[in-house]
Amino acid sequence: MSEITDTEQLETTAENPVIGIDQLAGDFKYDMTYDFDAGTGLSERTVDYISAVKKEAPWIREFRQNALKTFLSKPLPTHWASKDLETIDFSKIRYYLSQGLKPKRTWDEVPADIKRTFERLGIPEQERKYLAGVEAQFDSEAAYSNIKEAVSKQGVIFVNSTEGLRAHPEIFRRFFGKVIPTGDNKFSALNSAVFSGGSFIYVPPGVKVSHPLQAYFRINAENFGQFERTLIICDEGSELTYMEGCTAPKFSTATLHSAVVELVALKGAKIQYITVQNWSSNVFNLVTKRGLAHEEAQIKWIDCNIGSRLTMKYPGVVLKGRKARGEVISIALANDGQHQDTGAKMIHAADETTSTVVSKSISVGQGRATYRGIVHIPRQLKGCKNNTECDALLINTNSRTDTYPAITVRGDRHAVQHEASVSRVSAEQIFYMQQRGLTEGQAMSLSVNGFVNELARQFPMEYSVELKRLIDLEMEGSVG
Amino acid sequence: MSSLEIKNLHVSTGDKEIVKGVTLAINTGEIHAVMGPNGAGKSTMAKAIAGHPDYTITQGDVLLDGKSILEMESDERARAGIFLAFQYPSEIPGVSIANFLRAAIQARMSEGEEIDASGFYKRLYQKMDLLKIERTFTSRAVNEGFSGGEKKRTEILQMAMLEPRFALMDETDSGLDIDALRVVADGVNSLRGPSLGILLITHYQRLLGYIVPDFVHVMIDGCIVKSGDKTLALELESRGYDWVKKEFANA
Repeated sequence: MSEITDTEQLETTAENPVIGIDQLAGDFKYDMTYDFDAGTGLSERTVDYISAVKKEAPWIREFRQNALKTFLSKPLPTHWASKDLETIDFSKIRYYLSQGLKPKRTWDEVPADIKRTFERLGIPEQERKYLAGVEAQFDSEAAYSNIKEAVSKQGVIFVNSTEGLRAHPEIFRRFFGKVIPTGDNKFSALNSAVFSGGSFIYVPPGVKVSHPLQAYFRINAENFGQFERTLIICDEGSELTYMEGCTAPKFSTATLHSAVVELVALKGAKIQYITVQNWSSNVFNLVTKRGLAHEEAQIKWIDCNIGSRLTMKYPGVVLKGRKARGEVISIALANDGQHQDTGAKMIHAADETTSTVVSKSISVGQGRATYRGIVHIPRQLKGCKNNTECDALLINTNSRTDTYPAITVRGDRHAVQHEASVSRVSAEQIFYMQQRGLTEGQAMSLSVNGFVNELARQFPMEYSVELKRLIDLEMEGSVG
Repeated sequence: MSSLEIKNLHVSTGDKEIVKGVTLAINTGEIHAVMGPNGAGKSTMAKAIAGHPDYTITQGDVLLDGKSILEMESDERARAGIFLAFQYPSEIPGVSIANFLRAAIQARMSEGEEIDASGFYKRLYQKMDLLKIERTFTSRAVNEGFSGGEKKRTEILQMAMLEPRFALMDETDSGLDIDALRVVADGVNSLRGPSLGILLITHYQRLLGYIVPDFVHVMIDGCIVKSGDKTLALELESRGYDWVKKEFANA
C-alpha cells in the first residue's frame, strides 16, 4: 500500500503512450501513477486504508468492516447464473486507486492524461451541449465534477459519494443502504465494504431538473475493481434524469466492476436513470440497482448493456406507495464470449401500482443473452398491473438466449401480462438488403438497429445515436 | 447507353438445373418482357443475376457493359446498377422506409461523404408524389404489415430512388388487384426512359396492357423458346403456351 499523505498534489509521470487502440472508443489507456493505492487483495486493512484516505466518520468505517464480514460469509451466486464467476480471484484485485480525492471544477485543472481520456470519450463536449452537470470518475475517484450554477441554485446537490458523506451526512445516512441492504447479495456486500466514487444527488421538493445530470465511469488500471456507490434522492414532486456511461480498456486479465445504485423517489417524484455501458470484453460487471417509489412516484430504468465478459444486472423497483409506477427498459447485446444476464425486478408493495418491463436482447456468434425477471404481487393488494415483454434476436445458428421470468401473483384483482418472442435475421432479409446495395455487415447492423429501434427512440437523442454507433461497431465482423 | 448481356446462362439450386442456357441482351431504354408458365425458371434467372446465394451459376456469363459481374457480391452488383424488384419482398422490422433508403444511398457514396438530408427528403417526396404514395408512408417499417399492393409500390419507390441502370422486375403484378396494378404500372411507366433498361417477368399478359414492352420472350423449361414484339404477348394470351412448346419441339 502506498503511504497516506495529506497532499493531494497530482503529478503524473505518464509518457502518455496510447496502448492497444482498436475500433472500440473506450479501448485505450494511459499509464498512471497513483498517489493512493490500497494494494492488491482484500482484507480489513484494505477497508481501513480506503476509509482513512477518505477521512471517514467512524460509523462508515464500521459499516464497511461489517460489510466485509458479510461479503466473506456469502457464497458466490454461481448456482443460477454462470460458473464463470468462480474465475474471479478476489485476492488479485486492486480495490482502490486514485490520484487524489478532490474532483476539479474545471476541465483545465484536471490532470492532462485524465482530461485527454475524457476528451476522447467526448464528455466535455456533451457537457457543453446538453447536460446540467457532469461527474467523471477515473478508477476510484471523480477527477472532475461540476454542476451548472442555475441548477445548484435550485438547491440540487450533485457530488460524489465521498463528498456527499462529508458534506451532507444528515441526508446521506438517512437513505444510504436502505434500498439495497449490505447483505442483499455477495456483490452488494463487497461494494458496501470498499465503495468509492459514484454520485450523490439530492433534488429538493418540486424542483424539475430540465437537463440530465451525467456520470461517466472510466476504468484505466489493470487488475482493478471499480466500486462506485450511487445514491439519488428525489424529494416530493421533483424530477430528474440521470445518465451514466462506462468504458474500460481491454486487458488480458479480468477487471471487476461492482456498483450499487440506490434511488429514492418520494411522493410524486420522477426519476429516469439511463445507462449505456460499453465495457471491454474482460470486465465482470456485477451491479445491483434498485429504486424505491413512494406514492404516485415514478422510477424508470433505461439500461443498455453492450460489452463485458459477464454482466449480471437486474434493475428493480420497489413500488412502495399507492399508484407508484416502475419501468425497466433494457437492451442487451451479447457478442462472442460474452454473457449478458440481465432483467428486472418489480416488487409491488402497495395498491394500484403499475410496472412495465421491456427487454430486447441480441445474441451474436456464441454470445449468450439471458433475461431473468421477478414480478411479485402479494395477496393483500388490489389493482396492481404488470406488463412484461421479452424479445430476443439470434444472429447466428450457435447464438444462445434464455428467458427466466418468475412471476408471483396472489389475489385476484390484478392484471399481469407476459409476452416473449425469439426471432432470427433471415438469410432472405439480408439478401433483400444487400440487393439494395448494403454490405452484409451493414445489412446485419441495420436489422439489429431496427430490432431495438422502438426502445432506442425513448433514449435522449445523443444516447440513441451513441447506441446505434455501438451496435454498428459490435456487428462489424460478426458475419461471414 | 448501357447493356446487360445474359450469355448461355445455366443456373442450379441444389442439384437441380433450373435455367438451361438463356441468352438475352438488354439495352438501357428498352423493356423486355419474359413470359412463361410457372416453374419455367424466370424468377430463378432474375435472382441469379442479382446474386442470390441459393442459386449457383454453373455455366455462362452475365455482362454489364461488357464486364462480367459474376465475381461480384450481390451488394456490389446492386451498387453497379442492378435492381431486383422482389416478388416477395422481405420485412425489415423497426427500419423505416426513409431510413432504409438513406442507408442504401449512403452505401453508394464514397467514404467520408455524407448524405444531404434535406436534399434526400426533397427527392423522396418528389418520387412519392409521382407514385401517389402518402407522405406518412415513409415512417413505416419496410414491408411490415403491408398489403400486397403496398409492398409492390415500395419496391417501385426504391427503384425510383436508387436509379438503377437495369431493373429486374419479378412478377411485380402478382397479388395485385386491378387498381393497384394500374398504380404500379403508372409508376414504372414514369420511370421509363433512356437511362433505364427493364426485364419484366410475368406470366400474365394483363400487366403488358399497362406497361407496353419493346420485346417479348417466352421461357419454358429453363430456355427462351421464342422472342418477338408486343404482339407475341397477345398471341400467348389468346392461344396459351402449348403451341409455342410444340413449335419449339419441332424446330
